[in-house]
Amino acid sequence: MSTINPVLDKETEEAQRYYSASQWQLVWWRFKKHRVALLGGLVLLFMFLSGLFAEFIGPYGGSTRNIEYLLGPPQIPRFWDENGFSLRPFVYGVTTERDPETLALIPITDTNVRNYIFFFIEGEPYKLLGIIESNIHLFGVQEGFVHLFGTDSLGQDLFSRVLIGTRTSLSIGVLGVLISFFLALFIGGVAGYAGGWLDYGIQRFTEIIRVIPIIPLYMGLAAAFPRDWSSTQVYFAMTLIIGLVGWPTLARRIRGQLLTLRNEDYVMAARLSGASPYRIISLHMLPAFMSYIVVDLVISFPYVILAETALSFIGLGLRPPSISWGVLLQDAQNIRAIEQAPWLFIPAAFVVVAVLAFTILGDGVRDAADPYSVH
Amino acid sequence: MSDQKLIEVENLKVYFPIHGKGLFRREIGAVKAVDGLSFYINKGETLGLVGESGSGKTTVGRALLRALDPTEGQVTFYLDDGQTVDVTALKGKDLRNFRRYMQLIFQDPRSSLNPRMTVRDIIAEPLVANKLEKGKAVDEKVRETAALCKLNLEHLRRFPHAFSGGQRQRVGIARALVSNPKFIVCDESVSALDVSIQAEILNLLMELQEELGVTYLFIAHDLSVVAHISDRVAVMYVGQLVELAATEELFFSPKHPYTEALLSAIPEVDPDLAMKPVILRGEIPNPANPPPGCRFHTRCPYAEDICKTDQPVWQEIEPEHFVACHFADTLQLKGVVADTAAENGRNT
Repeated sequence: MSTINPVLDKETEEAQRYYSASQWQLVWWRFKKHRVALLGGLVLLFMFLSGLFAEFIGPYGGSTRNIEYLLGPPQIPRFWDENGFSLRPFVYGVTTERDPETLALIPITDTNVRNYIFFFIEGEPYKLLGIIESNIHLFGVQEGFVHLFGTDSLGQDLFSRVLIGTRTSLSIGVLGVLISFFLALFIGGVAGYAGGWLDYGIQRFTEIIRVIPIIPLYMGLAAAFPRDWSSTQVYFAMTLIIGLVGWPTLARRIRGQLLTLRNEDYVMAARLSGASPYRIISLHMLPAFMSYIVVDLVISFPYVILAETALSFIGLGLRPPSISWGVLLQDAQNIRAIEQAPWLFIPAAFVVVAVLAFTILGDGVRDAADPYSVH
Repeated sequence: MSDQKLIEVENLKVYFPIHGKGLFRREIGAVKAVDGLSFYINKGETLGLVGESGSGKTTVGRALLRALDPTEGQVTFYLDDGQTVDVTALKGKDLRNFRRYMQLIFQDPRSSLNPRMTVRDIIAEPLVANKLEKGKAVDEKVRETAALCKLNLEHLRRFPHAFSGGQRQRVGIARALVSNPKFIVCDESVSALDVSIQAEILNLLMELQEELGVTYLFIAHDLSVVAHISDRVAVMYVGQLVELAATEELFFSPKHPYTEALLSAIPEVDPDLAMKPVILRGEIPNPANPPPGCRFHTRCPYAEDICKTDQPVWQEIEPEHFVACHFADTLQLKGVVADTAAENGRNT
C-alpha cells in the first residue's frame, strides 16, 4: 500500500483530489498514463465515427457502379504536378479505351485533365443514420469521379464500401458482444450467486459449449440459414450466433468473481448491516467487478470481429449485397486480385488496425481497471 | 457494568459439512468448529474470548451475529424493554431488522471497507440499509458517530484508500456504532494494527463502552490485549470452552491446564519474572475428528486415564468461575506473576 499512504500534515491540493477520487476517476488517471492504449482508443473512436457517418464521408453509395472505371486503381489526390501548384487538391481525369486484343475497357489516366476535389459538395442522396435525408458529401468532384481506394470489378467505390463495411463489422462486434455479455451476466450470475446444484449443472453445460470447436460450429449454424433470407435477416442471425457462442468464457469469469466477492469482508459487513440481497449485489458486488467485465468486453471484441470477417470471407456469413469487411475481402480471394488489383486488400488493413487497436486498448484498460491493486 | 444478562448462549453448535469427492458430493463428515458452548454476557461488560488459531473463536462470534447459521443451540438476546429475542430463530426481514442491535468490528480494516464507497457512505450504510434515518438526519448521525470515533469530519468524503490502518479501523468502529447497537463482536479487531495504534484503538473502544454502554465480545489471541480490555475471559480449545472467569481470577489462579499453558506463553519484559513456559507437545487436534474424552488430553501434562475416555463436565467450580477439567479441584496451577498482571489487568 506504499503508493497510497497519505501524508496528513502536508496536504496538497493534488493529494486532496486523490483522496476523494472515485473508482472511475482513479481508473481514468491510470489509463491516461498508458499512451499507446489511449492511441488505440482514439483510433477506434475514429473508426466508429467514420462507420456511423459512412454515407456522408464516402463520396458514393455502397453499390453505385461506375462502369467507366472497372477495377480501377486508387486515385491519389495531388496538390501539384508539372503543370503547377494548386491550393485545391485534384485527381486526374480518366478516359477509357478498348484493349485492341482483349477488347476489354482499360482506364487511361489523362494527366492533362484536373478534376478538383470540393468539400461539402452535393452528390448522391442518402439517409444519414437511416433518418436524416441529405445529399451533401464530405468531399467529391464536380466533373469526372474520385475513387481514393480504387474500385472493384463492378466499378463500386472501395472507399465508400470500406466505410460502410466498418459500420457493419463493428456493429456486429458490439451487438454480438452485448448479447454474449447479457447471457454471461445472467448465467454466470445465477451460478455464482445461487451455488450448489444449479452452479454444478451450469458449469457442466458451459464446459460442453466450450469444448465444441468454434469454426465448425459457426459453419454448421451459418449453413442453417435459409438462402432466401434478406441481408438484414442474415445480419441479425449472424449477430445472434456470434453472441450465443461467445458467452461461456465471460460467464465463468463472472461466476468466479461473484464467488470471490461473496466472501469479501466488506460484503459480509454489508450483510451484517442489514442490507437486502438486492442492495448487496447492486451496491457492493457489482461495482467491484464491473471493471473486470469492461476489460473482458474490450478484449472479446476483436474475436467477434474476426469471427464475422472469417465467416463472411469463406462465404458462410454475410453475402453481397451486404457490405462488411469479410464480404469485401471475398473479392480479394483469387490470384487475379493479388496480381492486378492489390488495392482490394485495403479492407484487410482495416481489420488488422481495428483488432490491434482493440487489443492495445484492452491492455491499457486491464492495467487501469483495478485501481486498488498494489503494484 | 451490571449483572443483568444481555446475551445467553445455550449449547451452541456450528458444524461445517465435509463433502466427498464423487459426483454426488455426499456428506461424509463435519468440522465441529463450535461444539456445545454455553455462556452469558452481561450488559455493558466485555467478555474476552481467547484460544489458538482454529479453536473456533471467530465461528462463535459469527454464529452469535447470525453471519453463520448455528447447527444447534439457542442465542437469547435480552433487550432493555424486557423483550427477549431468540436470535437463532430469526429469519429474512426480521433478522435484517434485528441486525441494528448487533454489529461486528472486523480484523482487517483494509478488506472490511468497500473501496468504492466514501467513508461517509460506509458509515451510513447500516442506517440507510435499515432505513433507520432519512435525509439530513443520516448526515447528522454519521458526523456525530465519526466525531465519537475521533475521525476528522473533513475526511468523510474521502475513499478508504486515503487512510492508514488505524484510521480505517476507526471507520469500521464508526460503522459498527452508527445504528446504536447493544452488542458488538470485536473479531481480532486490533491484531492487524501496530502496537501503538492497538493501544489507541483499545482505549477508544473502552471509552465508547463507558459513554454508550455497549457490550463487547472481544475475540483475540493476544492475552495481554485481552487482559487490558476484558471484565471476564473465556478460553476456548477445539470448539469447546475450557475455562471462563473474571479476568484477574483467570490470570492469577487458572483452573485448567490449558489456561496455564496459555498464560505461561505471555512474553515478559523482565527476564527474572518470567515463568517457565509450559511447552505443549503436538498440534491442536483436527476439529473434524476431535479426540475422545477431554479434547486436551493429547497435549495435557497432567492427563490421566479418565481424561482419555470421559468428557469433563462444564461446572461452576467457584462462584462465577467455570471450568471443564476432571482435576480442577486438585491441580495446583500457576497463574501470572502478580506484578505483571497488575500492569496488564484492567482494574487492579
